[in-house]
Amino acid sequence: MTSTVMPEPTTAVEGRADSIQKVSIIISKGSLEGIYPGLIMANGARMEGIEANVFFTFFGMDAITKKRHNAIKVATVGNPGLHIPTLLGAIPGMSAFVTSQMKKEMEKLDIPPIPEFIEMIADTGAGIYACLATVDMFKLKKEDFVDHVTDIITVGEFYEMAAGGEIVFT
Amino acid sequence: MTATFAGHQVDVDHEGYMQKPAQWNKEIAAEMAREVGIETLTERHWQVVEFVRSRYLETGSAPSIRSLGKESGVPVKELYKLFPKGPAKLAARIGGIPKPRGCI
Repeated sequence: MTSTVMPEPTTAVEGRADSIQKVSIIISKGSLEGIYPGLIMANGARMEGIEANVFFTFFGMDAITKKRHNAIKVATVGNPGLHIPTLLGAIPGMSAFVTSQMKKEMEKLDIPPIPEFIEMIADTGAGIYACLATVDMFKLKKEDFVDHVTDIITVGEFYEMAAGGEIVFT
Repeated sequence: MTATFAGHQVDVDHEGYMQKPAQWNKEIAAEMAREVGIETLTERHWQVVEFVRSRYLETGSAPSIRSLGKESGVPVKELYKLFPKGPAKLAARIGGIPKPRGCI
C-alpha cells in the first residue's frame, strides 16, 4: 500500500502585508445596484488611506458617460433580490419608481447621486479609468466622458497599474 | 485602556481613538497629529478637526466625508492633501472622538 503525504495547508501567503495598500476596482454592470457597490468600496478605500483605482468596463461605463450617468436605474426585471414578480417589474415606470425610492433611501445615508459620487472619488485622489475595448465597441470618444476620467486604458495597462494590490471585480 | 498624550492620561480604544471627548485638549491633538505623520496642524487642519469634533458633540456621530467636503469649508480634494491617510478618520482621532463607523 502506498501512502501519499498531503502538503501542509497554507496559512498565509508569504510576502503579503497584513493591511491592504492598494485596490483596483472593476465596475462592469450598468444598473444602479451594479454600479454603487464598486463606488462605495473605492471611496471607502480612500477613507482608510488605501490607494484606489476604478476601472469602468462594458455597461459599467454608463456611470462615467455624460449622456447616461444621470439616468442609471435599478433593474426591476430578472432581479430576484428585489422580491417583485418579473411581470410586475416589467410594468412601464416600475424601474423609475423603484430607482427613485432607492435614491431617497441612499440620500438619507448621505450616499451621493452617481455623478457627484464619481466627482468625489476623483477628488479623493483615486484614478478613474475607462476600458479601451468597450470604448471602441460602443464607438465612444474622450468627449463623451465626464471630466473626472483620468484616462482610457487597455487591459494590460490596467494590470500594470493594479500590480502589487488587490483587484475587486463587480 | 489608557494612553498618555502630552502628559495627559486619556481613555482610548485599541486603535488609539479617544473614548471620552471631554478629556481632550489641543496639546493632545497636536501630539496625536504628529503620531499620524502630521508635523504641524495648520489653520486649515484645525478647521476640519473642530468641525468634526463639534458635529460629533452635537449629533453623536462623526460627519461623512461627503458632508465634511460640503460643510466644513474645506473641499474633498484639499481634505486629502491635509490628511492623506484618510480625513474623516484622522480628523476624528485628532479631534478626540471615537472612531467613525460610517461607510461613506
